[in-house]
Amino acid sequence: MPPELTHDERLTAFEARIARGEKIEPGDWMPDDYRRQLIRMISQHAHSEIVGMLPEGAWIEHAPSLRRKLILIAKVQDEAGHGQYLYHAAESLGAERQDLIDALLAGKAKYSNIFNYPTLNWADVGMIGWLVDGAAIKNQTMLTGASYGPYSRAMVRICAEETFHYKQGKEMITLYAQGTPHQRRMAQDALDRWWWPSLMMFGPPDADSTNSTTLMRWGIKLKSNDALRQEFIDEIVPELHAAGLCIPDPDLRYDENSGHWLTGPIDWDEFWRVIKGNGPMNRERLRARRTAHDDGLWVREAMAAYASRSSVIGKRSTVSGQR
Amino acid sequence: MNDDLRAALAARLLATADDELMLAHRNAEWTGHAPILEEDIALANIAQDELGHASIWYGLVEELTGQDPDRLVFFRDAGEYRSAQMVEQPRGDWAFTMLRQYLFDAYEMALLARLAGSAYQPVADAAARMRNEELYHYRHSSAWLRRLGLGTAESNRRMQAALDVLWPLAGQLFSPQPGDALLNVEGYWPDLNELRQAWSGVVIPALEEAGLGETASAAGPDDRRVHSAHLDTLLADMQMVARADEEAVW
Repeated sequence: MPPELTHDERLTAFEARIARGEKIEPGDWMPDDYRRQLIRMISQHAHSEIVGMLPEGAWIEHAPSLRRKLILIAKVQDEAGHGQYLYHAAESLGAERQDLIDALLAGKAKYSNIFNYPTLNWADVGMIGWLVDGAAIKNQTMLTGASYGPYSRAMVRICAEETFHYKQGKEMITLYAQGTPHQRRMAQDALDRWWWPSLMMFGPPDADSTNSTTLMRWGIKLKSNDALRQEFIDEIVPELHAAGLCIPDPDLRYDENSGHWLTGPIDWDEFWRVIKGNGPMNRERLRARRTAHDDGLWVREAMAAYASRSSVIGKRSTVSGQR
Repeated sequence: MNDDLRAALAARLLATADDELMLAHRNAEWTGHAPILEEDIALANIAQDELGHASIWYGLVEELTGQDPDRLVFFRDAGEYRSAQMVEQPRGDWAFTMLRQYLFDAYEMALLARLAGSAYQPVADAAARMRNEELYHYRHSSAWLRRLGLGTAESNRRMQAALDVLWPLAGQLFSPQPGDALLNVEGYWPDLNELRQAWSGVVIPALEEAGLGETASAAGPDDRRVHSAHLDTLLADMQMVARADEEAVW
């Protein structure tokens, strides 16, 4: 029988596997902190999908054509599916879905800050697809290379669907930006409100990002917040300009030397204010989730009662069948 | 096809499309608010299928009358709709939504089975395509009928309360429209009295098995031109963006 490895030997072997680009799978040895960080990230991601159903879901009933209505229901359904898939990925690390959801409902778990902003006009649905899903794809494309196998594979699947979300948003806003005066105003108003929050989606500046160093060493995160944010800005600015929209940043300029679009200062005070629970919609989002949970209690009780009764009936019929 | 037959068929297709549209709209209201995550997914899926069915039926109306489906949906007032009151009702609680779904799915299963043999080929083709999806809807809502009817005292009480509201309204699904006799003679659309009997033959025993009762007398609206006040508020929500700019392409 081989001698027990020490923790340090195991850690060295684990980090060597990550350095070689191997995927870590559910049964494999992993440091407690790796497991903890992954559960934190994956559950936050799952919660973001669940809470993220609310701002767009509110517009399903107002969608102005059969096609838009169909697309929007499908999109919000995808988000529910992503949430379910990600909770399963967290379960593969030993977490319980109910515990994670309880933490969300208790206000103890984070989700993407962007969903604490309100959707005020129909064009917000398109702008969320274009900017918010566009930013999410940047982050999630990076995560397809993450070292934990189930998370990485979930991201491959989710990115494929997010690409459709991004395309429908871009298509909608491009159409409206060249549409009637009313539609053009809607599109510009949506951009004015979603531009800065979407840049904040990449998280605080690298200097203030507390978790980043370990996450990068363990291959959970492969690029820094600022690097991803810059990639997004460089891609999205020319697209928005081409659509004929005006980006609400007087300091925005193209830097010939670096080849980057440089924005004015991001209001990080607002970011921290919203993340601490004082954004425009924080309370409303949690209220909606809690209401759904509370209203569903009698349903879940009925499901459980019926399931246990059915299994009793099943056993009885087996017994009588043996007679 | 002569004008009378064409008008009768278009009226039937419009009523069928309107039912599907309203039910899809109400079901989609659950997206993000369902009692379990799996049902957010399932009900959104059903809503998409129903909206797809509505689009197909509106498309057949367009072939007959030239009316654009989006104009029909977003620019008709309540009085011009032919949906049954049952599908206009607010979503209520999960018992109400699931029982309505069950009653409607059983109706749609019976209807599609007959329409698949319609002498009007576009209707037969459309029904054949929808039957597969509808079978899954029917299985889903049948399972919820039993689960909630036989689950707890509270779930049974809620289902019975839902049935008390829905049962008198369900008859309107089968209410006659001008030209029905013509459609029946041509083999374009089934006889609605026969359809109702087939539906009752499935639904009443299933309700009883689920511990629900009192389905005998049911005096409700018997004309699809008669709507509840809920349709006005539903349409105000559904049409507000489209009507804010009539010139726009959305």
